[in-house]
Amino acid sequence: MRIEKDLVAAAATPLVLGILMDGDLYGYAILKRVGELSGGSLQWTDGMLYPLLHRLERLGYVTSLWGTSEVGRRRKHYAITDLGREQLAERQEQWMVVADALRQIWQAAPRPVTPTEGWA
Amino acid sequence: MKLDADLEAQIDRWRGYVQRRQAIAAADVDELEDHLRGQIDDLLGTGLDHDEAFLVAIKRLGNLDAVSREFAREHSDRLWKQLVLVPDDADTRAPAWRELAVVLGFAVGTGIAVKVGLSWSNGEAGLARNIGLLVFPFLAGYFAWKRRLTVPVLATLLISFAALAVLLNVYPFASFGSTEVLAALHAPILLWMLVGVAYVGGRWRSDARRMDFVRFTGELAIYYTLLALGGGVLIGLTVAVLQAVGVDPGPVLAEWILPFAVPGALVVAAWLVEAKQNVVENIAPVLTRVFTPLTILMLLAVLAVLATAGGLGTVDRELLILMNAILVLVLSLLLYSISARDSLARPGFFDALQLVLVVVAIAVDAVMLTAMLTRITEFGFSPNKIAALGLNLLLLVHLLRSAWLTVGFLRGRHPFAALERWQTRYLPVYGGWALIVVAVFPLVFGFA
Repeated sequence: MRIEKDLVAAAATPLVLGILMDGDLYGYAILKRVGELSGGSLQWTDGMLYPLLHRLERLGYVTSLWGTSEVGRRRKHYAITDLGREQLAERQEQWMVVADALRQIWQAAPRPVTPTEGWA
Repeated sequence: MKLDADLEAQIDRWRGYVQRRQAIAAADVDELEDHLRGQIDDLLGTGLDHDEAFLVAIKRLGNLDAVSREFAREHSDRLWKQLVLVPDDADTRAPAWRELAVVLGFAVGTGIAVKVGLSWSNGEAGLARNIGLLVFPFLAGYFAWKRRLTVPVLATLLISFAALAVLLNVYPFASFGSTEVLAALHAPILLWMLVGVAYVGGRWRSDARRMDFVRFTGELAIYYTLLALGGGVLIGLTVAVLQAVGVDPGPVLAEWILPFAVPGALVVAAWLVEAKQNVVENIAPVLTRVFTPLTILMLLAVLAVLATAGGLGTVDRELLILMNAILVLVLSLLLYSISARDSLARPGFFDALQLVLVVVAIAVDAVMLTAMLTRITEFGFSPNKIAALGLNLLLLVHLLRSAWLTVGFLRGRHPFAALERWQTRYLPVYGGWALIVVAVFPLVFGFA
């Protein structure tokens, strides 16, 4: 199952901030973590992660620090800030509300059946 | 994990490609590269081979246009590539400030040298001969500091500057005689070559370094012009304000501000080129593309006028000097275009246009040579004529070979590098000729 682009975009910020709650990480590791958490269904173009991270940095939700990787490459690590934690808490509430509302609707109404052989 | 050479080359090419995006800064390229390499390592771990891993990693990184647009949205300021003269990174701040201090030191130094020279010379021709010696050694000094020249190179440079200084001042030139004027005109070429040696950090045999110096020269000219324009506006406004309140700024301007600002700006411009090469790299191809067709039109007009002006023997001296200046300008444009061109790009329309420029320049040069030879047979030799003739012959050889190599490149017989190599190999010839004009001409023509 692939998740729709707009939904991925909307989930990107809370996902990245949430992942950074577990500790500092660099870009590629963040993406790998996203993949693991969603079982591969949450996918976005790798390159798009970095403008997002830079935006979060500009907004003050994360800070970055250049370090070196195990093999001596330059590597930029990101860490969540207090402002980022506040932001994440807020987003969490919003998503809870959305998820809760959706769950109530879906409990009331049966899951729509995908028409496979509608004409037959 | 050690990647193989082929993969490294692919990653390098990708880096070069990404770096050309204005919205993606060098640090971001590093970040993306780290990502790419991480991805490739993991893919290699799953059993893909190098090529496959590279392709998949690139694919996952996404369409570069889209990614670049996303970067641009986040960093719109980058599209303007503001000059960051002193980087904000805490770890690099100290050297940057030190460099600024050194640059300003050399700029003030050359200002003082010119000021002292002005007050000693009292407007005699001696200053014209020595003006380059008052400026260029400071520029070379900046590069000597920047490139951490080795002692032998430094000593060679110092001795060369000193030898030239002695030569220019020991010869008993007749005041404002032709040999003195010629020496004053050609000394800067020699001095510029010495600056070049400092610029390339003593590795003057390397073609690539020489090309860097050509590029630097072109960019320096642009920066210097920009600084001069800005300075001109600033001075003009100040003068207007001062005059409006009844203060005459003329003497202070002529005696203090210009002697410091004009040579000092050269050192500052050199530093700017060093500090922010990217900015002009983006302008250079545009400028050459704008001016190559315009220069062709100008040369054609000149050629038409010369052809209809009647007997070539009557072409006067002023005109010949002007034409020489035009040809030197054309050559500079050619060199600059070549230095700004991506040497791996395939032959295109612009290369053909450049060939047209060279061919028209050859035609103009041929007309000039004919006119000169006519004058020489009619009026005999003079230092000026020999100097002009020599320069024209050198230019002719340079242009002919350039045309030949450009044709070869367009037909796919030579790589572009052959054309580049010809330019960089030929450049020292001009230095040699300048040395002859400065050192030998006065002796041969009795300092007249």
